[in-house]
Order: sequence, then structure tokens, then C-alpha cells
Amino acid sequence: MNFLHVFHEEIIEQWRTYRLLIVVAVMTVFGLASPLLAKLTPELLKSIPGLPVGLADAIPVPTISDAVTQYVKNMSQFGILLALLVSMGSVAQEKERGTAAMMLTHPVSRLNFILSKFFALAVTFIISLGMAALGCWYYTLLLFKAMPWDSFLALNGLMLLVFLVYVAISVLCSTLANSQGAAAGLAFGALVVIAGVGALPRIGEYFPGQLFGWGAALMLGGTQTAWSAFWVSIGLIMIALWGAWQVLNRQEL
Amino acid sequence: MIQIENLTKQYGAVRALDNLNMTIESGSIFGFLGPNGSGKTTTLRILTGLAKPTAGSAHVAGVNVSKDVHNLPSHIGYLPEEPAFYSWMTPQEFLDYIGRLHGLSSSKRIARIKELLMLVDLTEAGKRRIGGFSRGMRQRLGLAAALVHRPEVLLLDEPVSALDPAGRKDVLELIEQLSGQCTILMSTHILADVERVCNVVGIISRGRIIVQSPREELLNRYVQPVFEFDSVDAPVLQRWAELLKKQTWIASVNIEGQTARIVVNDVAQARTELLASAMAQHMVLRRYEEMRPSLEDVFLQLVEAESAQ
Repeated sequence: MNFLHVFHEEIIEQWRTYRLLIVVAVMTVFGLASPLLAKLTPELLKSIPGLPVGLADAIPVPTISDAVTQYVKNMSQFGILLALLVSMGSVAQEKERGTAAMMLTHPVSRLNFILSKFFALAVTFIISLGMAALGCWYYTLLLFKAMPWDSFLALNGLMLLVFLVYVAISVLCSTLANSQGAAAGLAFGALVVIAGVGALPRIGEYFPGQLFGWGAALMLGGTQTAWSAFWVSIGLIMIALWGAWQVLNRQEL
Repeated sequence: MIQIENLTKQYGAVRALDNLNMTIESGSIFGFLGPNGSGKTTTLRILTGLAKPTAGSAHVAGVNVSKDVHNLPSHIGYLPEEPAFYSWMTPQEFLDYIGRLHGLSSSKRIARIKELLMLVDLTEAGKRRIGGFSRGMRQRLGLAAALVHRPEVLLLDEPVSALDPAGRKDVLELIEQLSGQCTILMSTHILADVERVCNVVGIISRGRIIVQSPREELLNRYVQPVFEFDSVDAPVLQRWAELLKKQTWIASVNIEGQTARIVVNDVAQARTELLASAMAQHMVLRRYEEMRPSLEDVFLQLVEAESAQ
């Protein structure tokens, strides 16, 4: 029951500290900008003075695929970055300031302390990605044509799962560290390791990054799936949260 | 109410608590004294479940703080030395949040918040953001937060260290008012505060309790056999001093200006005969006092003796 009280306070904190607003704003901008960039980039290239003869004609006419590709590219970069930036101080900051010690002497279990942070951040990303998706879908409709909503929903669901993997890993890093600076270092270290290992040929197909490709394929008519990466991502979230709980249980505040 | 047995806490090579044993009876206000680094805060952190002992055990309100930490919060109220809050909240919101965590109904929360804000003199600041509060205001809010659920045991770590004299007086009066309602363990280095509000005193040094006793008993135990007389007439005082030195129950007499400091061998005899002897000399007195040690004297005496060992 107390989970709901703590979760409620976490949501209010996201709102009052403008974190929710900032993430929504940034992601919505990138959501809106994706179809715009896809549409305008060829036009901008064509308008460059002194372009060799024939090159302007060779620049392909933008399609809905370009909008989707641009959207996946923007979200995969800025979404992950935001997931790290917003989550990395979640526990470390409370330990540093003393609020964790203050709250944990009241009926708040350490598991609920971790879970409430993760789920509040999840809500932030659900709202933010939802707004970004709406913006992207609407501008794509205006500039190109309507996207298939079911595939687009699946794409966003898969992207959300990737963001939540990074949120959970950041919460773990934040629990391991005693300061925000150390938490940031650990979180970015984890990002580099995941990106590096995820780029390896055979191992990479089990990593969360594959979900972006699967989502894009759904939109573009491809047949690629990444069920292994899907289940690994869910596993990573659970392991990271369980790890954070175990680490916090052993820590003295 | 609080039972500590052979509590040991090791931080690397440093032994913060060394087989600490302590019992605090229900309803008492226990003054926990000790020099910096003696283990006061470590003890409190273990009692709140925020730190784990290396060895030994501690029970608060019947709850084992190591094994049953989940049941501890409903029994205790804790005020850390520097209480921390969410800066975006107001005191009303914070206390309401704490009330909800402790399962208080909406109507009870409203009444309790009003009562507590008044008690800690934060009614006017009740709707201001905590982020702009002074350290003293935070300490008072921390005390209110510790009291929301009417805990059986109140653990206070330097509760008045950040307060101005008026605020200190108010909080000490508040602690005095709580006497009998709950058991209070108050760590402090301000001996005058302990002397004022605590009925039991424990002195900790190098992680061990060196003395634990009711305050009056402790002061009486360390009473010195010294009497002081202030006279308006120095020659009479001098003459009287010479007479006293001949008595077997007098150890020494020292005169400084118009004050005689008399150390006696027999306190009971001195109590009955000294004043009568002065009167027999027709001495006009400004002051007559059987010297009583302050808690500070006892504290320094005990801690220095412990350090010398």
C-alpha cells in the first residue's frame, strides 16, 4: 500500500521539479522534427548554390520511410541520453542529501523506494514518448500520409522498452554510487559497455538496441524480429531493479 | 524500552562501538552524552535501522533492529542532526506525506498537522516551500515529522544544535512535555540541555558507556565535600578560617578576597556545624553554598579518566 504513497510523491516530484516537463518538451520536439527533417532535408540540399548539375535530380523524393527512419534515429539517441540524465541522480541524490535516510526511518521499504522511482520515471517516459509519437504521427500525416497506427504503436512500445532498460540500469548505478557524479560516471560507463558489446556480430542480437531495428522493420514492411533482445531487455530491467534493491538493502545510510 | 547488548560497530580499523551495553526504561528522557566521535550518532543510526551492527543486538520497543527492521518505523520517531527534506514540498505536504505513510486517516492527518505546526512554531510557514527554510526551521520541522505518528520511542540526534536560544528553549520545553508520553533518547554535547530536561544520563566514550545513571544520583555521586562562604567582612572571615583549621573534620580552608572555600572530611558534620560556627563569629554573609558539581564537571572528570586509561 505504501508503494502507492511513495509513487504518488515521486510523480509529483517529477512535475514540480520540471523533470517531466523537460523530458516531454525535448522528446516532443524531436518527435515533431523527425518528419520535418525527412521532408525538408532533400529540399535544403537542392537549394545549396553551386550544386553539380544532375545531383539535385538524383536526390530521392522523401517518403514516409525517411520520416520513420529519422524518428527512430532521433529517439534512439536522445531518448537513451535523456533516460540516463534523468535517472542517474534518482537514488544517489537522495543518499547525498540525506532524504533517503530521513524517509527510510518511516514505513517505506527499500524495495518500494527503488520501485517507486523506476515506475515514476517510466510514467515520465510513457508520457514523453506518447507526446513525441503523437507529434511525429501528426506531422507525418500533414507532410506525407497517415502511418499505420498499429505498427507505429508497436515501434513506440519497443522504443519505450529500450528506454526503460536504460532507466533501470541508471537506477542501479545511482544506487551503487554515493554521489551524483559517480552515478553519472557509472551510468555512462554502462551505456558505453552496452553499446560496445551490442555492436558485436553474434552477441549483439541479444541486446536492447536490436529493438529499434525491429520496430523500424515493422513500419517499413520488413520481416526482422528480435524476440531474444525483447526478453533480454525485460530480464535486464528486472535484474537491474533487483540488484538496486539488494545493494540498497546492504547499504548504510 | 531500549535494550542494547554488547553492540559493536567496526568501520575498517576503527571500532566506533565497543561492546556497548545500555538499558533505557520506558518513559524516561535519556541524555546521551559523549565527546565528538565517541559513537553517539552510530548508536542512533543502528537503533533506527539505518546502519547494521557488526556484533551484538539492540531492541527498541521490543523490536530487534537488525532482524525485524521492517517493523521498526511504526515504533520510532527519528530526528537526525541535519534533517533533510524535499525542497519542493511545503511543511504541510511533508507532514501529510509522513502521516499517509503511517496510515493516518485524512481527518486525523489534518488535525495532527495543525497541532504539530503550532507546536514547532511553523504555522505561518506551513505553506512555504521547505527549500527556503533556515537550519533551525528544518530542525523544528524534523521534530514535527518525528512526532506525526505519536511514536513510543523518540530518537533525537543533537535536536537543538541549530536553534537560536529562543528556539532551543521552546524545543527543550516541548521535549519536557513529552516526558511520560514516550521514551526519548537525546544525543547532545550541550550539557546544560541535558541537565535541564533529561532524567537519566549516559556518558559514552570511545564506543563504550562509562556511566549510566539517573541525573540526580550521578550528580550526588560526584558531589565534592566543598563549601563556600562569601562575607562582607574580610578580617572576620580570616579569623574564622583560623579557628576552623583546628577542627578535625576540616581538611583545608582557602581565602580568596572575601570568599572562603572550605574542603571538609565529614560532609554531614559540616552541614550541621559550619553555618552555626560562622554565626557564632557574628559574620555577615552574602552567600553560603554547599558546592554541587555541574554535569559538565562530572562529564569532564569521567571522560578524562576514561581517556587516561
